[in-house]
Amino acid sequence: MFPDDLRYTREHEWVRIEDDQATVGITEYAQDELGDIVYVELPKAGEKFAQMETFAVIESVKAVSDLYCPLSGEILAANDELVASPELANESPYADGWMIRIRPASLEEVENLMTAAEYEALVSGLRT
Amino acid sequence: MSALLKTPLYHAHVEVGARMAEFAGWDMPVQYAGLMEEHHAVRNSVAVFDVSHMGEIAVTGKDAVPFLQNVVTTNVGRLRQGRSQYTLICNERGGVIEDAILYHHDGYLLVVNAGNKQAVWEWLSGVAARFEVDLLDRSDEYALLAVQGPEAERSLQPLCDLDLQRLRRSRVRPAVLAGRGVLVARTGYTGEDGFEIFMAAYDAPRIWDGLMDANIPPAGLGARNTLRLEAGMALHGNELSPEINPFEASLERFVDMEKGEFVGRESLVDVAADGPDRLLYGFRMRGRAIPRDGYGIKAASGQGMVTSGSYSPTLQVGIAMGFLPGSLRRGDDVMIEIRGRDHEAEIVDLPFYRRENERRPGAR
Repeated sequence: MFPDDLRYTREHEWVRIEDDQATVGITEYAQDELGDIVYVELPKAGEKFAQMETFAVIESVKAVSDLYCPLSGEILAANDELVASPELANESPYADGWMIRIRPASLEEVENLMTAAEYEALVSGLRT
Repeated sequence: MSALLKTPLYHAHVEVGARMAEFAGWDMPVQYAGLMEEHHAVRNSVAVFDVSHMGEIAVTGKDAVPFLQNVVTTNVGRLRQGRSQYTLICNERGGVIEDAILYHHDGYLLVVNAGNKQAVWEWLSGVAARFEVDLLDRSDEYALLAVQGPEAERSLQPLCDLDLQRLRRSRVRPAVLAGRGVLVARTGYTGEDGFEIFMAAYDAPRIWDGLMDANIPPAGLGARNTLRLEAGMALHGNELSPEINPFEASLERFVDMEKGEFVGRESLVDVAADGPDRLLYGFRMRGRAIPRDGYGIKAASGQGMVTSGSYSPTLQVGIAMGFLPGSLRRGDDVMIEIRGRDHEAEIVDLPFYRRENERRPGAR
């Protein structure tokens, strides 16, 4: 039920690696748990983050959550449409609801991330 | 963690997939279909809340009225049979131990916050020693449902033998609802028209099913909080506490200085004469960032803290309440610190939201 072409963090972010760029967002499970997302605070292009460093804040009506950067790297772009319409993260977490594009510092860090099957196992453990 | 308390409707909530969370020692439904949807249902049509976690303390005995007059800030002598009033219980310093609804039906029933029930019980018991009065904690016997929204009357009427159109605001009457005896009051905590229904705990599942069959959707404590915040209603522990007096919280209309002696009166006379040191204000963000409980506020007159802050589903912007020293006016600028950065907000009148047609045909 989670896309096979993505890698996942324990904190429910996904990353899609295409050539020398990576796109980051939150998972279907995360958006469902958060509920109605009403505010997103994203970094600016040029900022740099280490793997699993806090890079953004996402808020539902009720709660504030930090987002963790799946890979070390430099921000290439942030999704301005998401900032204007935070509900995109609920409606389309893997496409229109993407958060940031980064240039990964090292693709070796991918080994620290979960595959879809591993993430699915994590989530099914959380649901019981 | 010790076992959480469950309302008689716990299984009904779990069965429909409600998201449950701890609140004041209770395992309560926070949301069902979604907070936003539930919030809009109450503003635009109707929804029902299980608020059986609230405490009910019955006050009976020869001295019930003099006791209550001594322990609350409103004039209980004027509370006629079949009516209710919002009231405050203060300590000697004038700080608010609890805000409650006092119902007068046969005897008197104080409905108090779940988290404060024990403290209120102990306080009342202490004062009661000087009176011929019996206190009875009936919280376990009662379930309490709140049916709220502009369609509340129309939705509830087919299930109820009482002519609800004639039940005016804050009135309470016995009725038969879904075949069971209940007490129906036209009260609520959402800023909308609506009813609060007291019933025997063992009747709650059947009545709940009746409401579900009547297509009244359930709403959770998440929406209850955003609704009451928009309506500018205080939440004890946030806008009220034993360290906050009613004048600071702009609740002086619920303090009757003329009714005679009551606990806290002497201190409150001083506050009334000198004016409160700080006041509760409403804030509306100018940008998109959302103020949350505990965030710092800076104003020209001094500093304060957000007591309740959230995204407002109705106004679609961040709103907050909080205390600030000095006298500020509508439109004045303040800064609210969010994650280390100051964000602009302005002072707005409370409540943030007021329903249209506040006085219904049934209202006085």
